[in-house]
Amino acid sequence: MTQQTAAQAAFVRALKQYGGILLSLVMLCVIFSFLNPRFMSVVNFMNILQQVAVIAIAAFGMTWVILLGEIDLSVGSIIAVAGMVGAQCFAFGLGFGTALAVTIVAGALMGMLNGVLTAKLLLPSFIVTVATMGIYRGLVSLPTNGAPAMIDNSTWTSIGTESFLGLPIIIWVVAVLFVINQIVLSKTSFGRRAYLTGGNREAAIYSGIKVDRLKIIIFMISGVMAAISGVLLSSRLFSAQTNAGMSYELDAIAAAVLGGTSLAGGVGTMVGTLIGALIIGVMNNGMNMLSVPYFYQLIVKGLVILIAVWLDVRAKQAKR
Amino acid sequence: MHGSTTDTVLKISNVTKSFGQVAALKSMRLDVRRGRVHTLLGENGAGKSTLMKILAGVHSATSGEIFLDDQPYRPASPQQASALGLAIVFQELSLCNNLTVAENILATREPRKFGFINDKALVARAKAIVAELGLPIDVAEKVGNLSIAQRQLVEIAKGLSHDAKVVILDEPTSSLSDSEAEILFEIIGRLKSRGVAVIYISHRMEEIMRLSDDITVIRDGEYVSTHDRNDVTIEALIALMVGRRMEEIYPPPTHDHSTPGAPVLAVERLTRDGEFADISFEVGAGEILGFFGLVGSGRSEVMNALFGMKTADGAVRLDGKDVRFRSPAEAIARGIGFVTENRKEEGLVLAHSVGWNISMAALPDFTGPFGFTRGGAERKAAAAEVGRLAIKTHSLDTPAGALSGGNQQKIVLAKWLLTRPKVLILDEPTRGVDVGAKFEIYKIIRQLAAEGTAILLISSELPEVLGMSDRVVVMHEGVLGATLAGTDLNPETIMAHATGFQS
Repeated sequence: MTQQTAAQAAFVRALKQYGGILLSLVMLCVIFSFLNPRFMSVVNFMNILQQVAVIAIAAFGMTWVILLGEIDLSVGSIIAVAGMVGAQCFAFGLGFGTALAVTIVAGALMGMLNGVLTAKLLLPSFIVTVATMGIYRGLVSLPTNGAPAMIDNSTWTSIGTESFLGLPIIIWVVAVLFVINQIVLSKTSFGRRAYLTGGNREAAIYSGIKVDRLKIIIFMISGVMAAISGVLLSSRLFSAQTNAGMSYELDAIAAAVLGGTSLAGGVGTMVGTLIGALIIGVMNNGMNMLSVPYFYQLIVKGLVILIAVWLDVRAKQAKR
Repeated sequence: MHGSTTDTVLKISNVTKSFGQVAALKSMRLDVRRGRVHTLLGENGAGKSTLMKILAGVHSATSGEIFLDDQPYRPASPQQASALGLAIVFQELSLCNNLTVAENILATREPRKFGFINDKALVARAKAIVAELGLPIDVAEKVGNLSIAQRQLVEIAKGLSHDAKVVILDEPTSSLSDSEAEILFEIIGRLKSRGVAVIYISHRMEEIMRLSDDITVIRDGEYVSTHDRNDVTIEALIALMVGRRMEEIYPPPTHDHSTPGAPVLAVERLTRDGEFADISFEVGAGEILGFFGLVGSGRSEVMNALFGMKTADGAVRLDGKDVRFRSPAEAIARGIGFVTENRKEEGLVLAHSVGWNISMAALPDFTGPFGFTRGGAERKAAAAEVGRLAIKTHSLDTPAGALSGGNQQKIVLAKWLLTRPKVLILDEPTRGVDVGAKFEIYKIIRQLAAEGTAILLISSELPEVLGMSDRVVVMHEGVLGATLAGTDLNPETIMAHATGFQS
């Protein structure tokens, strides 16, 4: 009895928190279903999930960073570096496991550099990551002089193409990373420290939270998530492209903000970010199916983001 | 014109204000007369701030009428309120730290030339305003570099730079030292002689009795009574305000401290260039050591150094062992707690819940295997503190920012009690807190001392230091003036050392 009411209360709370954004998602699906009957199918939804995977994973990392009141614009470049690192590992004859580990460590190191520059040199993360965005993008081309690098490791490429227990592996990866991020954020003291520090950095320092260390770790999380995105992207493309992941950081930021993450810091959830990423995925997919020209897609996407965020802000103001 | 109304500049009658279901004001009334200081007295949450926000044009009244000079007064915005002749100095500082004093004082009214801000005229005009008020402040300084007290003076200068018929001062002295408060009192005197009406809000009773002409008491959003200052006593006002009699403001110590045991914390020749030098003192278990000094005397800087926020030379011994904290985390782990001066900036995460704020400093204690937060234990402990300190909150999930000042301060206290400190530093623990909550906070401090916590109590309020401390350390311009105990604990001796007249 009491358990049921507690569950109901949790449901009401979730509805209040995500109601607006879920409604936007459902409305988009309804509209696209009317415009194209093939939109509403299991096959197409699988498709959307696969397309959105790269953005969603990068957005999980971005959520941590924004939660702290920072920003990471180097995510798109890290995605490209990760693919190239993987390709080079195979060129040197390394196996899948080693290549994957090296790629992820590379992501962590790139994130760490962002974090150290931000936390220790006290530079604004916006500037730091604008700079590293360029630096990392340049690094991608070093091994091949700007040419794409083919990836022939079948395990690596199977990530983007094969299924496991009836679901594409790529979706499993998103699901597992979503659960891990959500649990760490909502159930651990590390997650709590991120919320507290994002909410009031001074108070966090005075309460014994090692804010610098926290910041560096969080930029590393963002780097690792971007590297995993890079692995998925390169596995789907069978190659590492020097312009891979270009401007993906903006989609990742949009997904996090659509999902209710506050750019001021202190507020946000992985659930919201996942929904935000799905909205972006549905829009991309729906408009592609309707053969909407790319430049119109950009305009529509921008407008939808503006409207969704505005609705969300309005709903939160009304609650006060 | 009726004889009785010619004197009245602002008349509030039957004003109510509801936020949704909650009635913040119920049939409020007030008659403010020209050239007089009218004090509004009430506990935090009594409705003073709501009333002031209605006058300022931030909120609009749900019903009722307000007249300014017999004209209906219904400002739609703060800009309109100020154009109509109302100047407000809010308790919450509203200055931009990255701008200079001059830019802040004349914000939105900068003198212009060809559409650009005329910097020379700006500085000159700000200088004139500051000089007229007699403030010892450089208008070219960035506000961020000023102390809290100086910022408050700038805030006052900003409010008074308009030509106002009515000036509202919302707790203007809460972070001023006595000498700075004197400057403000002179300013108020000058305003009065110019025929300006002053609405004054403060929790300091001595100050209220000294400044006011009329005193109106409000309680729970309702008008209680208005008194001429000469016809009423502090005790009577407090009784009216809290709706009960208050036996004593400072609870008596529960045990004798004339013969302290081994010191828990001993500080020797602590020095930080440009801030403080040669600070030595010790504090024993269960002792309350008062720290008094005018603003700028370096008290808070010493405490920050003790807490690992800043480096300093010299020795610090905790339980007889040399320690050197490189971060607050280390200090907390070794049993030091620090209730900081500004609860909104350094104390609380206002947007987050009461529960999260309370467990914030003790998070390591609530962290289980694999870093998981032990949510059940955490909530239980937080709920226990809410009960122990009688924090008035709807639930543990209420955002801390939604609570009144007194309850927010209790949350900060609860946060540190949860770490079970051996030494608790309290920096202005009752600033901006109403009399009722003050009394409760004093009781908590006494109880902590009785349980053996060594307490460093920093305060700008002399009665508070005298009423609570076993011994008092007086600081003056970064050095130790004296350590006083016994019969030396009287206002004259302490002030003499604090102002440097005696050394």
